[in-house]
Amino acid sequence: MAGGPSREYNNRLIRWVEYRLPIFSAVEATIGRDMPTPKNLNYWWSLGSVLFLALIIQIATGIFLAMHYVPNGAMAFDSVEQIMRNVNYGWLLRYVHSNSASLFFAAVYIHILRGMYYGSYKAPRELLWIIGVVILVLMMATAFMGYVLPWGQMSFWAATVITNLFSAIPWVGESLTTWLWGGFAVDSPTLQRFFSLHYLLPFVILGVSLMHVWALHVHGSSNPVGISARSKQDTIPYHPYYTSKYMSVIGIALIILAFLVFYEPNFLAHADQFKPADPLQTPPNIVPEWYFLPFYAILRSIPDKLGGVIMFGGSIAILFLVPWLDTSRVRSARFRPTYRYFFWIFVLNVILLGWVGAQPPEGAALVIGRLATAYYFAHFLIVLPFVGWFERPRPLPESISKPVLKSGTPAAEAAE
Amino acid sequence: MATTAPDTGEGGTRRDFIFVAATSAAAVGAGLAVWPFVNSMNPSKDVLAEATLEVDLSPIEEGQRITVLWRKKPVFVDHRAPDKIAEAQNTALSDLKDPQADADRVQRPEWLVMIGICTHLGCIPQGQRVGERLGDFGGWFCPCHGSHYDTSGRIRKGPAPTNLEVPPYSFVNDTTIQLG
Amino acid sequence: MTKFTNVLSAAAVSLALATGLGGTAQAAGGGPQPPMHEWSFNGLFGTFDRSALQRGYRVYKEVCAACHGLKYIAFRNLVDIGFTEAEAKALAEEFEVAGDPDEFGDPTTRTAKLSDTFPDPFPNPQAARAANGGALPPDLTLMTKAREYGPDYLRGLLIGYTDAPADFELAPGMNYNAYFSGHQIAMAPPLSDDLVEYGDGTEATVEQMAEDVTTFLHWAANPELERRHQLGFQVMIFLILLTGLFWVVKQRVWRKLDH
Repeated sequence: MAGGPSREYNNRLIRWVEYRLPIFSAVEATIGRDMPTPKNLNYWWSLGSVLFLALIIQIATGIFLAMHYVPNGAMAFDSVEQIMRNVNYGWLLRYVHSNSASLFFAAVYIHILRGMYYGSYKAPRELLWIIGVVILVLMMATAFMGYVLPWGQMSFWAATVITNLFSAIPWVGESLTTWLWGGFAVDSPTLQRFFSLHYLLPFVILGVSLMHVWALHVHGSSNPVGISARSKQDTIPYHPYYTSKYMSVIGIALIILAFLVFYEPNFLAHADQFKPADPLQTPPNIVPEWYFLPFYAILRSIPDKLGGVIMFGGSIAILFLVPWLDTSRVRSARFRPTYRYFFWIFVLNVILLGWVGAQPPEGAALVIGRLATAYYFAHFLIVLPFVGWFERPRPLPESISKPVLKSGTPAAEAAE
Repeated sequence: MATTAPDTGEGGTRRDFIFVAATSAAAVGAGLAVWPFVNSMNPSKDVLAEATLEVDLSPIEEGQRITVLWRKKPVFVDHRAPDKIAEAQNTALSDLKDPQADADRVQRPEWLVMIGICTHLGCIPQGQRVGERLGDFGGWFCPCHGSHYDTSGRIRKGPAPTNLEVPPYSFVNDTTIQLG
Repeated sequence: MTKFTNVLSAAAVSLALATGLGGTAQAAGGGPQPPMHEWSFNGLFGTFDRSALQRGYRVYKEVCAACHGLKYIAFRNLVDIGFTEAEAKALAEEFEVAGDPDEFGDPTTRTAKLSDTFPDPFPNPQAARAANGGALPPDLTLMTKAREYGPDYLRGLLIGYTDAPADFELAPGMNYNAYFSGHQIAMAPPLSDDLVEYGDGTEATVEQMAEDVTTFLHWAANPELERRHQLGFQVMIFLILLTGLFWVVKQRVWRKLDH
């Protein structure tokens, strides 16, 4: 937590509370007037606020949905229709909840890509990055279990496919899967426990997010230039500069969310979800939500079941190693002309993997998927280390405040 | 530390107005956004649809009492015999803990319609089925704490503070009432 | 950024949009794309045509309800498509639902009330299959959401019964349909000209009935649509104004900063 003298407040009530529980100065130190922030942050730094908004929206809508939803195989689908038709504004709660999940993942992917472009994960922010990947994993678990709850065809078969992955683990796989299911197949016991965990995990995410912000505030935000702030001239207080800057982004995020919710609420949904779960009929093409498609593509690229599971887990686990895989001494891709190309190729590759994940795993899509999977890992295991070693970075400016370098001198600015 | 919020000076009024406008608009938006959450907790449309119930009186013989479920509560329908009606009408109001004339509790004297929940602490009084205790006043008896109700459903003895509640109802025709 | 990375990032964004718009909104594995129709409920200001809804209800009641349920619609909901409460009550009384057991414990039936939902035409799936040559007629409440292309698919299916091409092998008991996945559907063509008599005098051609019943079923799947569009308009305007205000605040705040 931020040290230093706490602020003097004029308001007596605030002083009374502050003396007993210094909540006001804590807020000021976190996002207020006492949080020195690099003055050159661009809009790619706004996603943290958007993510916090998305989490609050999901928790609020989720709690009120849970007042009406029934987590039992026989009643779940009907209870969702009940919410849509009979609960006052139930349709609104439901559509906001389902579409905010997409907002949440869109924001987190952009947030992660920002980190990869600007080298935000470099020392001393490695643990900040790792905590972030933990949040990503928690989000994926939460979203997966949440998708099962409406108990439509895709809910049931996504649960079946993903829980079946665990049976690939040698020795303990079968028992582990039976334990997860609470039975011999995905059925109501599975649904019931997924509901309990789906309610729990967002609060775990909330807690880990607070740790994420805590870790951030030890050394403060990085910035687009990648050079640490060195003097007061390099920073401005978070409030009112960044609060005002990022409110517009929140506004735009809400506009996009509102457009989906009110005009195309099922644009990102699958038609099969509106059929009740049928254990005796598999949908012709089982597809997860869009935000899982790249990982799904990686899973299905490997012909071996255990191999697919390992690569699927590996594709997320590799993110934990990024701070050490990237050998560049320069943080920001703004000064890394070679790496920049590879960054955008990586983005294109992930989008391509997403497309592959939506196709049936055969023919050209399968071949492309395998190549794209190989490239995904190559980016982390080959591009990051080698480009870091061999690249000739552009000269860095002297400081954040002086973006234009004095002529001639390539700065030997190491990532601190 | 860098300078904090920009000082008010020239153009201060304009900037303050925009700031106030933006924050109040956001506050209004947040307030409006709260309403769907609060309203979602109000009774849902299917619950409200069950708000009325038609009861067919024709199978109820004189002297017979039936219980129906309305809005998840028991409702006593009593087809009163003339002696029970007379008892109810001839009671002095000064004898009543919660004074109410029988004529104020029924629309037609032979039909008594009441919510079958004791006004003390919510138990369902006995007296609807043959063999149950009617209490000292020929009406209903609540076994939980010993409240006695008379043939008009008024509290006569025991801890209950008020008479058994009469729900809103109307006669659709001579043999049918609608509750609610 | 250099020009080439500009190109790359533009390619990334457009690829994302293209795959998003083209790739994820569909449950793949369906039949050929049905013809796209202009519906009154599409678009930002879309609403349901009340007379189409009522004609569509008539088609559902007289043609489809024999085999297909509508379990999530209650008779009181019919007030939202333009019937009065008395008319809706009369429509309800055309249906029988399960009543309370009698004094011997045997099941009874009674006429439906406004608060009841549409009863299933068959007591269980097995009875439904037995009456339909082994095929299970699905409930129709969510049909326009449960199929790729939604209402266009449903209308296409209803007008898409044609003769099978010469080289197509049609299994016994099946019917050829241009838009059904696999082209073989167990349901015989349900609509024929003048099958239903419309109260408002509209000619009941197959195309007309298909359009009307699809409109009705799209309402059944999305009864909140008009309210959603209306509230959406208000919310969007508010958010656009709010974002504009925030933008101005940002400009004012940052202007004070000396670079």
